[in-house]
Amino acid sequence: MATDASAYEEMLKGLWRENPTFVQVLGMCPMLAVTNSATNALVMGLATLFVLVGSSLLVSSFKRWIPKQVRISLYIIIIATFVTVVDYSLLALVPAIHKELGAFIPLIVANCMILGRQEAFASKHSIKYAVMDAIGMSLGFLIALLALGSVREILGSGSLFNVDLFGANFEPWVIMILPPGGFLTLGLLLLFFNWFTERRKQFLLKVAQADQSVAIVGVKDNG
Amino acid sequence: MKHNDPKLLLQSAPLLRQELTTPGAMKEVWLALLPTTLASLWFFGLSALLLIVVSIAGAVLTEWLFTDKDKRRMAIGDSSAGLTGLLLALTLPPGLPLWMAFLGAVVSIGLGKVIWGGLGANIFNPALLGRAFLLGTFPIAMTTWGSPSGLGDFFHLQSSNLAWPFMHGQIDALSAATPLGLMKFQQQTTAISSLFIGNTAGSLGETSAFLLLLGGMYLLIRRSIDWRIPTAIFLTAAIFSLAMFINDADKYPSPIVTLFSGGLLLGAFFMATDPVTSPLTPKGCWIFGIGVGFLVVLIRLFGGLPEGMLYAVLLMNAATPLIDRYTQPRIFGRK
Repeated sequence: MATDASAYEEMLKGLWRENPTFVQVLGMCPMLAVTNSATNALVMGLATLFVLVGSSLLVSSFKRWIPKQVRISLYIIIIATFVTVVDYSLLALVPAIHKELGAFIPLIVANCMILGRQEAFASKHSIKYAVMDAIGMSLGFLIALLALGSVREILGSGSLFNVDLFGANFEPWVIMILPPGGFLTLGLLLLFFNWFTERRKQFLLKVAQADQSVAIVGVKDNG
Repeated sequence: MKHNDPKLLLQSAPLLRQELTTPGAMKEVWLALLPTTLASLWFFGLSALLLIVVSIAGAVLTEWLFTDKDKRRMAIGDSSAGLTGLLLALTLPPGLPLWMAFLGAVVSIGLGKVIWGGLGANIFNPALLGRAFLLGTFPIAMTTWGSPSGLGDFFHLQSSNLAWPFMHGQIDALSAATPLGLMKFQQQTTAISSLFIGNTAGSLGETSAFLLLLGGMYLLIRRSIDWRIPTAIFLTAAIFSLAMFINDADKYPSPIVTLFSGGLLLGAFFMATDPVTSPLTPKGCWIFGIGVGFLVVLIRLFGGLPEGMLYAVLLMNAATPLIDRYTQPRIFGRK
């Protein structure tokens, strides 16, 4: 199965242009709830990656036999299957983190980003594109989780991935590991993301206008 | 005898006019805060001075950084950002590390004001938002109070002020409890005379009831603030705490202690009356004031915190658009 340029495109769009967190603002529950440390964010991101890629693969393969009337419940059952796999795997492999993530592992079922990809993409595209899309989306989700988790852990505990950064005299920003810190950080990241996108758009517009005026001048010169 | 010819003035009333400008209104508040600010220097010395300077600098710098280039002169010139910085500083404990005060000022202006669209567009009082952020972020530093030292010790700087950014402050041995903390956790009352003069532990600008009243009266006489809001706050708080005081005089403070302690006066005169975040209608002002007065006593007497002014005002700020909507006066002629 050779991957062509458009399949790559499907993957890349999830990272930035259609980032599930910063652009679509989906899956906010785990985004706010489990990002009080970078480790938790990483594990949640990887769990979501596994679930999303697995269910996109299955949904895309079975799309011909899924009746339209019951498709949502079938998607949920498929997602729930993978979530159960993740739940028990984490419990066996990293019980401490599993305990910390708590209810949010089973709640991946209810992550609307995952269901949204099944409904909007996997059920309409071939397996190859569905999987590439799932990988891109979940990597975009992972990036956002990590960004949020890193900021909150650095400020809230003075460490990153449990590695102490500032020494013993660090004054932790208690609010950052509490829910308000999640909302604040997410809001500021969204602000930054939109600001950056806007800046880039204006820059491209300026470049395009400059090109146009150069072209007009060129025509005049020739005339 | 010489008479000046009476001149005929062909003009309809009102004959005396004074334009209400933002810088003018701000200047009034600065003036009204002057006694309180000087008192904070008297009681807490160099620590207070540095906190005030750092806080104002943080606020003005943030405003400058996040304002459009061609609006900067106006935005800084109306001195509202500096005023937010001063108000924030007056709510901080004297031993707070300076970097925290700076951070609080940045949050006040950044998240409390410019993000909503600048002056006049914010929902919450910026200074109180900054204080709420600091209280949630550094709960220990924000509730460690140094005792007042007096002018003789002006150059005594609390060592925790000079902590490196992101680091702990070395906490002075001389920490004390505020009158409200004493009341809540040790059932001790503070003499009303020291509450009145301000010779107690507490935030920079909240200790001296007398000077706060002086500033508040000035604003009321100059009609810079709506008299209904502080009146409603004082009446509600007094009645509520009087009821509790009669109920159990050993456990609950008297109404006078309630009014003169903590940030109630500072908040009632200078924060709750912020024209941007309080209701526009007279009826709305009464509701707003009653809400603040009720909440502050409720939080003080039954909540986990010794002081409730901060959250009382912020909660009523959140309710302000709703109050405004339901107290619109009926348009004349409409049923």
